[in-house]
Amino acid sequence: MGVEQKLGNMGVVTVKLEELVNWSRTNAMWPMLFGLACCAIEMMSAQSANHDMSRFGMELMRASPRQSDLMIVAGRVTRKMAPVLRRLYDQMPDPKWVIAMGDCASCGGVFNNYAVVQGVDEVVPVDVYVAGCPPRPEALIHGIVTLHEKVRGEKFKDWA
Amino acid sequence: MTQIQEVSLDEIRHLVSERAMTGETMLLNMGPQHPSTHGVLRLLLELDGETVVNCIPDIGFLHTGIEKNMESKTYQKAEVMTDRMDYMNTVGNNFTYCLAVEKLVGLDVPPRAQAIRVILAELTRIQSHLVWLGTAALDVAAMSVFLYCFREREQILDIMELVSGQRMMTTYIRPGGVWRDVPVEFEAAVRDFLKIIPKRIDEYEALLSKNPLFLDRCLGIGVISGEEAINRGLTGATLRASGPDYDLRKFAPYSGYEQYDFDVPTRTEGDVYARYLVRMEEMRQSIRIIEQAMAKLPLGPVRSNNYKFVPPPRSEIGTSMEALIHHFKLWTEGFNPPKGAVYAATESPRGELGCFLESDGGPKPYRVHFRTPSFDNLQVLPRLSQGHFVADLVAIIGSIDIVLGDIDR
Repeated sequence: MGVEQKLGNMGVVTVKLEELVNWSRTNAMWPMLFGLACCAIEMMSAQSANHDMSRFGMELMRASPRQSDLMIVAGRVTRKMAPVLRRLYDQMPDPKWVIAMGDCASCGGVFNNYAVVQGVDEVVPVDVYVAGCPPRPEALIHGIVTLHEKVRGEKFKDWA
Repeated sequence: MTQIQEVSLDEIRHLVSERAMTGETMLLNMGPQHPSTHGVLRLLLELDGETVVNCIPDIGFLHTGIEKNMESKTYQKAEVMTDRMDYMNTVGNNFTYCLAVEKLVGLDVPPRAQAIRVILAELTRIQSHLVWLGTAALDVAAMSVFLYCFREREQILDIMELVSGQRMMTTYIRPGGVWRDVPVEFEAAVRDFLKIIPKRIDEYEALLSKNPLFLDRCLGIGVISGEEAINRGLTGATLRASGPDYDLRKFAPYSGYEQYDFDVPTRTEGDVYARYLVRMEEMRQSIRIIEQAMAKLPLGPVRSNNYKFVPPPRSEIGTSMEALIHHFKLWTEGFNPPKGAVYAATESPRGELGCFLESDGGPKPYRVHFRTPSFDNLQVLPRLSQGHFVADLVAIIGSIDIVLGDIDR
C-alpha cells in the first residue's frame, strides 16, 4: 500500500500540512442525507451495492446538516424550498462544499417557470455541477471525484 | 427570494387543539429535510409526550408547476414533463398521458405497442415497489433490504436504458404507440430478469415477513377500515390492504390488460403490515403479467400509421414527400386535436393515476390536470397517525408509499 512504502522502516512521513489536511478532507467527506426529487433516487442508487459510493469514504450520509460537509442538491429547488435549503447550508460547519446534481439544480432544467429556482447557485455557492436529467450514478461519482480534485488544490490562505 | 416566516402560535390556532395553547401538548416540526419523510414533506406534529395528537401535513415544497408548464408546449413536447412528476413511475406517467391524448384524437395503438407498454409499465411497478420496500424497511431500521432492493432495481433500469437510452426519464411511450421497436436484446434481458426476481422476492420476504422486530413495528399500526378508505378516496395498495379489490387493470382495463390472467391481492387488516404484504404480492402478479405478455408478444408495427398525429418512420422521410411534410408539420406546429375534454386513468404503483386533458382545438393543451394517487393517499395520514407514537408515524408514512413529486407536481 502507498503509505507503507512511503514510511519505509523509519516510522516517519514528511508531508505539507496543507496536503495532509486536504487529503483527509477528501477521504472522509460526509454528504448530507437530503434528497429533493428524481435525482435523489439516483443518489440512492449511487450509494447502494452496485455503485458503492463508500469507496470514496462517503458511505456515511448524515441527516443533520451540523455533521455533514457536503451538500448534494439532488433535484429541483422550488421557491418554497429555497429558504429552507439556504438555512440548511448555513447550519453546515465550515469547510463545506455543494454539488448541484442534475439539470434542475444546475440551471432549472426543463422547468423554466414560476415555481422553480433557475439554478441553485442563486441560493448557495456551488462547487461542482453535474449534468443529466437525472445524472447516472457514474456521473455523480465523477462529480464527486472532480470535487476531490478541487479540494486537494485548496490553500489555507484562501480559507482565511 | 422569500424568507422563512416565523409563525406565532396564534396563527396556527385553527390547526391544533386547545391543549397546545396552554403548553400541555408540544408542537414539533418534522421535515422538510427529514430522512423518513420520503422527500420534502413537512409535518407539524402536536405531541402528548410521545403520542401523536395531531399531524398536519404541509406540502408544496416540490411544486414544480408542471401542469401549467405543459400548457405552453405542444402535445408531443409536453410529454417530457410528465416523466418528472411521479419519478418512481416514469413510464406509467407517460402511459397515462398518452392514453389521454389517444382518447382525445381517437388513435388506435397497434397490439405490439400495447404489449410493450404493458411489459414496461409492469417492470416499472416492480421497480417502484422495490424502492418502496427498500426505503420503508430502512425507516423501520432494516438496513440490508435497501441494498438488496437496489441491486434488482439496477437490472430493471438497465432494461429501460436498453429500450430508450435513459434509465429513469424514458419518454419511450408516445401518443400512438412507442418511440421505436424494442432492440433484439430486449427479450433475453427481460427473461433473465424474470428468472431471478421470484427467488429474490422470496429472499426479501424471508428477511422481513416473520422478522419479530419488523412485525412489532408494523402489526396493528395505522389501521383503516375498508369503508373509510373508500370514503377518503384511497386507491392502490393502500386501499386494497383494507379489503376493497379496486384495481383499474381489472375494473377499467386499458392497453389489453383484459387478456392477461392475474389476481388482485387484497387483505382485510388495513394496517402497515397488510400494505406490505399486498405490495409484495403485487410484485409477483406483475411478474405473471410480464411472463404472459412476453409469451405472446405479437409482431407488427409499434406506432399508429395515422400520420396526422404520429410522426412517420425516419426511413420514409428520404423517399416520400408526404412523410417529409408530415414530419415537418408535426415537429414545428404539432397537431390540432378536436375540441373537447377527456379523462384517462391507469393503475400506477400508488393507485389511480388519472390525466384530464382539455383541448381548445389548438396545438397546445388548454388545461392538463393529473389526479395523482399520492395526493389523495396522503390526506389519510393525520387520521392514521392519531394516537400512535412518533416512531410509528415513520412506519405509516412509509406504508402509504407517497412520492412528493407526485403530490406537488
